[in-house]
This record gives sequence, structure tokens and C-alpha cells, in this order.
Amino acid sequence: MVYLVIEVDTVSKTYGSFTALDKVSFRARQGRVTGFLGPNGAGKSTTMRVMVGLTPPTSGTVTIGGHRYADLTNPARHIGTLLDASAQHAGRTGREILALGAKTIGAPSTKVDELLALVGLTGKEAKRRVRHYSLGMRQRLGIAHALLGEPSVLILDEPVNGLDPAGIHWMRVMLRDYAARGCTVLLSSHLLHEVEMIADDIVLIDRGRILWQGAKDDLLSVKGTMVRAVEADALQQALEAEGFSVSAAAQELQVEAEPVEVGSVAARHGITLIELRPAQGAGLEALFLQLTATGAMPAGVQS
Amino acid sequence: MSEATYTETLDVSASPAVPFHRIVEVELRKMTDTRSGKWLLITIAVITVLAVGLVLAFAHSQDKVFETFIGIAATPQGFLLPVLGVLLVTSEWSQRAGMTTFTLVPQRRRVLAAKVAAAVLFGLAAIALALVVAALATLLADQPDRWGSYGIGDVGKFALLQTMGILQGLAFGMLFLNSAAAIVTYFVVPIAFSIVTGVVEQLRHVQPWIDLNTSQQPLFGGDGLTGKEWAQLATGTLIWIVLPLAVGAWRMLRAEVK
Repeated sequence: MVYLVIEVDTVSKTYGSFTALDKVSFRARQGRVTGFLGPNGAGKSTTMRVMVGLTPPTSGTVTIGGHRYADLTNPARHIGTLLDASAQHAGRTGREILALGAKTIGAPSTKVDELLALVGLTGKEAKRRVRHYSLGMRQRLGIAHALLGEPSVLILDEPVNGLDPAGIHWMRVMLRDYAARGCTVLLSSHLLHEVEMIADDIVLIDRGRILWQGAKDDLLSVKGTMVRAVEADALQQALEAEGFSVSAAAQELQVEAEPVEVGSVAARHGITLIELRPAQGAGLEALFLQLTATGAMPAGVQS
Repeated sequence: MSEATYTETLDVSASPAVPFHRIVEVELRKMTDTRSGKWLLITIAVITVLAVGLVLAFAHSQDKVFETFIGIAATPQGFLLPVLGVLLVTSEWSQRAGMTTFTLVPQRRRVLAAKVAAAVLFGLAAIALALVVAALATLLADQPDRWGSYGIGDVGKFALLQTMGILQGLAFGMLFLNSAAAIVTYFVVPIAFSIVTGVVEQLRHVQPWIDLNTSQQPLFGGDGLTGKEWAQLATGTLIWIVLPLAVGAWRMLRAEVK
């Protein structure tokens, strides 16, 4: 298989005695949405700034499709970036910001209207100064800016931040569509369920270190069964008696066994089941909390 | 990811590099598409016209000659052009627009060169405006010997003076990456310097060599510069424009943009 990838290779960044990034290595692959997940302050933005040369790393390299970003003479034609939706001159109109970008990279000026329509900014909104934009509108403008050069690689820092539910849905559909067309999409987020919904692959970062990376499906497939029974205590005892590991969670039991094994134990003991299902879906949050929970939890963790 | 992956190289050959003239055009446009930039440009133009207009209306008839008009146009421009130079750089940092600028053109020295070019172009436009307005006023005043001995050499000195001002502003902007600090330093340092040279007598004979304001004085006059005056202008330029420009460029090329 041939992949066009973003390759982050042992990137470290220190500020004095503070280590912002500690030998960060990961890949984002073509045709997939890679979610870069971590609590606020974990190093996501710093990593992304290193990718495009805004922050010089202390050591390590990043290549995008085999190139160092700083070596590209018109990078936005291939790599679309949204690093901080608020980092625009507040006194410019949304349309003007897109027009300046289009002019710089040599994109046709018709692209501006096309993208304003795509991201759902009306003509009236586009004529307002960015100072008066909500965060959601800035994100939409930022996405439009990232798409000016019809790039095949997208690097987006917290693109979902500030979007309303309709906007989040729109973003999800758009990014999935981009990946389906063979583009490489890397997006960062501190929102677990967002990454869970959008990403194919997940890179988990905390305190400047990569904790885990791989396919989302691997991350989510927690082995076990969730079961609810009328006689919960009796079921727990019966399962434990048969040597299964059981933990009680809220109204239900989590059992390290296949659903069929749990069902047969219940049947043999005449226990009435209310619900029986494989333990999936809850896995990412649990893993995220577990992996980032060495020591005190960072204040920024939200779900 | 443990499976073998082979990195395909992203083919960038089809996209032409961003040409330098386009970066310059964008830099020029960025000075006119915000309120602060637009009003600064309008102010420079209006004050140029106003200053010349006042002289035309109220000065003694024998003073209403080209040299007076151009001199009076130069003074307010001399204050405002450096501010323009400062803003050309600092707006990228104070408004964080630099994140976009340097992501679209990661070769920062090209952006830097484009800003220098834009500064010079703005300076030349201001000079052209001053020359035109002063010439019109001269024609309107219609005094005998109205052009005096003003020649191409004097135009050159005037252009040099204004261009030095805007480049010094640009240099201070790059040095501080902050509008307020750059503008205040630009205006306060020469004053502080003249106070120091006023007090410390030993400095007075070296003043023309190290104080740009002093070494620029001959540029205002009607006579040509002597070799010594050119040398003093060169050392003043070296200290107050070239050195800050070099340090500022070093800073701007290396600074983390966030």
C-alpha cells in the first residue's frame, strides 16, 4: 500500500526547562481522518505549528508527503491549514481575508465566493469585520481559508471549537468526504466524542508525549459485555463463581466475557436479563482518562 | 502503526511558486484594507495638502516658492511615514495575522523583503504626492524666481530623507514587534539623545557621526553634501537604520509565530 502521509519524527520542543514536546512521533495517513486528541496544553497546537514551520523544533523533523513545509514555494496549494481561527486582523472583513489569501497563493478570485458559500457565510456576514464574528463564524472562515488552494492535505487545530451542532455535523460530513476523496486530514481536538465521531485513526497526546496511536476501532473495541439484570447481585455472584471478572458500573455490570457466556450463566441461574450487549463505545473515554490520569488530571479535560 | 508504509512524495511541481511581486502587492493591500492603515494613509495625504495649503494662504509672498512648499510638506510626512513603516510589521504580530502570512509564505525572508519593498513604494508615493502638491502650489502662487535653484539633486535628497524615515520605522517595528514600543522608541530616543549630548560636552563633536537627526540636517539644506557630511550620514544610517534592521530581521526570521 502506498500512502501519502504526514510524518512527525521524534519532534521535541523545550522552552527553558519546560518540555512542551517530548520525542513526538506519529503518522497521519492518506484517505483517513486522523484525530489528534489530548487535553488542553498537551502540545497539540505546538506540534501543528512545528509542522508548518511557525515554531522551530528543538530537535526532530516533520515531513508532509516527503517535503518539509518550509521548503515548499507555494504550500497552501497542497496543504490547507487552520491553526487558530482567531489569529486574523480583527479589522479586516471575512471576504478580504479570503481575497488576500487567494491573491497570495494565486487562486482565482472566484474561489472566494465559492468557499464563502461552501462554509455557509452569507454575503452580508462576509462584509463584516472579523472583530464582530462569533468563534463559530471564525472557524468557518478559517476552514474556507484552508481550502483556498484546493489542498490534498488538511491540518486543522481544534476546527470544531465554537461550532454549533449543525456546524459540527457539517464539519464532520465535509472532512469525511475529503478523506473519502483520498485527502489526508489531521485535526486536533480536546473533545473526545468529536474525535470518536470524525476520526478513523487516533493519536493520543498528553503533556507533550504520545500515549497511543492507532485505528479508532482498535481503541474502541474494549473486550467484554455490559449486562443489566433484575437480580444484579445474584448475577454478579454467579459470574464471579464461574471465574469471570465483574465490575459494577452505575446500573449495570461490566463482565470480561462474551455476551453468550454471560447469557448462559444467567439462564442456568434463572436470572432475568434486562439488557445484554458487547462493551463498546464507552471505551475511548475510559482509555483517554486512564492514559492521561498519571498524577493529577489536567484541568482542561472536558468531554 | 506497525505495518509497512511507503511514503509517496507529494507532487508539487504543478504549482508555481508565489512570485515576489505578488507578495509585495499583498503587503501594499494589507496597509489599505484596515481602518488604521487606511486612515494613516489618508492622514498623510491630507496633512501634506493642508500644510502646503496653509503656506499658500498665509505665508509672505516672497516665501511662496517651491523650496518652501516642499519643505513644509516634508515635515509632517517625516513624522507619519515612520509610523507607517512600524505598522507594516507590527500588525502581523499584534493582530497575529502573521500566522497566516508565514503559513502561506514560509520563506520569511521573502515576506521581509516584500515589506521593505512595500515601505519604499509607500515612501515614494508620499514623495511624489509632496512634489506634485508643492508644484501646484508654486504655480498658483506665481512668484518671481519661484523654482529657485531647486533641482534633481534636491529631489533626490528629499526622497532619501523620507525613505530613510519609513525604513527606520520598519526597522524599529521589526526590532520590537510591537507598535507602541516601536513608535515610542522611534520618537523618544532622538530626544533623549539630544539631551545627553547637551549635557555631556565630550559627545558634542561626535554627535553628527552618531546622531541621525543631526547628520540628516544637510539633507534639508539647499547645498550639496560634503564628503564628510555623506560619511556622517552613512554612520548615522548604519547605527539607526541598518543595525536595527539587521537585528530586527534576525528576530523576525527566527521568532516563534503564535
